[in-house]
Amino acid sequence: MTKLAHFHGGLAITADKCANPIIDSSLPGELIYPLLQRSNNYALPIVKLGERVLKGQMIASANSLFSAPIHAASSGTVKAIEPRIIAHPSNLADDCIIIETDGLDAALSAIPCFDYQQETPENLRTKIHQAGIVGLGGAAFPTATKLSTEQDIHTLIINAAECEPYISCDASLIRQKAEGIVQGALILQYILQAKHCIIAVEENMPEANQALLQAINTHSIQLISVPAIYPTGGEKQLIQVLTGTKIPAKCLPTEHGFICQNVGTAYAVYQAIIQGLALTERIITVTGKGIKQPQNIRTRIGTPIKHLIAQSGGYNKKVQRLIMGGSMMGIALSSDEIAVTKATNCILAMTSNQQENKSAEMPCIRCGDCAAVCPVELLPQQLYWYGRSGQLDQCQNYQLFSCIECGCCDVVCPSHIPLVQQFRVTKGEIITKEKQAVQSNLAKTRFQNQQQRRAREEQEQLAKAEKRKAIIEKMKAASLAKKKSL
Amino acid sequence: MLLLCLIFVMLGLILGFAAQYLKVQGDPIVEQIDALLPQTQCGQCQFPGCKPYAQAIAQGEADINQCPPGGEQTINALASLLGMESKPLNTEFGTIKTPAIAFIIEQDCIGCVKCIPPCPVDAILGATKQMHTVITSECTGCELCIAPCPVNCIIMLPRENKPSEWQWPAAHD
Repeated sequence: MTKLAHFHGGLAITADKCANPIIDSSLPGELIYPLLQRSNNYALPIVKLGERVLKGQMIASANSLFSAPIHAASSGTVKAIEPRIIAHPSNLADDCIIIETDGLDAALSAIPCFDYQQETPENLRTKIHQAGIVGLGGAAFPTATKLSTEQDIHTLIINAAECEPYISCDASLIRQKAEGIVQGALILQYILQAKHCIIAVEENMPEANQALLQAINTHSIQLISVPAIYPTGGEKQLIQVLTGTKIPAKCLPTEHGFICQNVGTAYAVYQAIIQGLALTERIITVTGKGIKQPQNIRTRIGTPIKHLIAQSGGYNKKVQRLIMGGSMMGIALSSDEIAVTKATNCILAMTSNQQENKSAEMPCIRCGDCAAVCPVELLPQQLYWYGRSGQLDQCQNYQLFSCIECGCCDVVCPSHIPLVQQFRVTKGEIITKEKQAVQSNLAKTRFQNQQQRRAREEQEQLAKAEKRKAIIEKMKAASLAKKKSL
Repeated sequence: MLLLCLIFVMLGLILGFAAQYLKVQGDPIVEQIDALLPQTQCGQCQFPGCKPYAQAIAQGEADINQCPPGGEQTINALASLLGMESKPLNTEFGTIKTPAIAFIIEQDCIGCVKCIPPCPVDAILGATKQMHTVITSECTGCELCIAPCPVNCIIMLPRENKPSEWQWPAAHD
């Protein structure tokens, strides 16, 4: 067994994970697909209102490298393309494709492939893109784009270090589909032509570990158990734990020859390449004290949350808030009408006594506990001071944008200061300021261009008038000369 | 002695060349002030554009609190640049409004082209007897196109609140 390294800080959080086997979600009446993908990228709808679609049919195409196609998860008709509240921290409405399911669940015929090694990596990447696969760990970055790196990759890491408390969708997937995951990992390794492939699982998942061990069998894949310290599942943190290599800030792991893929993504790749299926479903953990029967559900992407809640026995009486993602990094949702997306790994219904950090915020006492637990080795208290006082340049000097918003500093702060919230606000202020600068520069250049153009036009007109005058003078002179000569 | 003279001549020459070739283009303080202004070119400060206002500030002919689109933020930035006390916006020049962009009600537009020349950033697209429209990404919200319209078909709309443009709001203290 290889000796493991440690990353700075982190927290050992007691996990409260449900270990029930995966159940299948029933068919909801409506499937909702937001067109907004990552940050500012939208998918382009390619279906008409009232059109009948089949399961696995593409309904929106990607129009940039940072978006992925969307596929219908069941058969039905396109009922509307209209704004609905989407799974986003803003809780704002944005354009969605809404499909009314017909209950038949008729699917497009899939084209299976038995030997992926007959195909070129380029072909496989296109297939992965066409299947709409994105990183299923939560960031939803298009997998095909991540795989098209121009750097030489020596190590592929399959990330099964599910470090957030409550979330167990990856662990349950491994227990049931270890074979497919290993196949997916081998396909990814083939595409990247990577020398090594590591699957990293947490120590507290013995069953998953066992299942993978059996599935790996004779394949040259390394299975490594990592200590269950939050946030080991972070890309750079995991690389450091496994290999001891520290990826510098502002550097991508690919620049150092590493690529991380979530286990769910590996399984989706297996389904896309071997079975010819587009990404239309994923495992979602529905849990929390506010849920009657916590469980892992294989869910059609686009299913409204309330449908999953109903399938988990409904809410307990004391339920207070709904969170998408884990308790550490998730986003609060305003309604359960919102649909799950490819990035949704967990729906968490919290009760009032489950909410952490309830005590009132008190002044910072400069204890430095936040700096001790920060996995990115930042100085949260400095960032907090600078952010609060609007010193945005200083925040950037102290590497605010390296913050992964893991929430470790929030947990340990004895004054209960919502540090991460402040960091998000400050990041927003910096981004807004930069956008405004771009906008005002654009306006300035356009104004200057207009002034120059107008000055030029005026001069041209003057020159023209002058010319005309000269010609008239000439003609006058000529006619005068003619008259004289007569 | 001779050596000293020679050195002085040399230094004089270097200074001369420096003055000739390393001349600062434009007035640096005007450029710095201009960079802090919002570049809406709306003329609410009573100067024809942001640059003329910046020049007026630099020459002490205008106060720093005459820019409604910039608001408090711009006044504070100008105050710290010029080493002055910050002051509230002079409401004689206008009030702070939420950022908005011009929108042409297309069925009312008669295609008179009167709104096109006033636009400081060429953000209105249209031709004689053709319907006009505003290029929203270029519009600075200066409102200069509103008055010339003979049929009042231009209105100001707040910028659309899309999740992709959204940022975390500051907590209430």
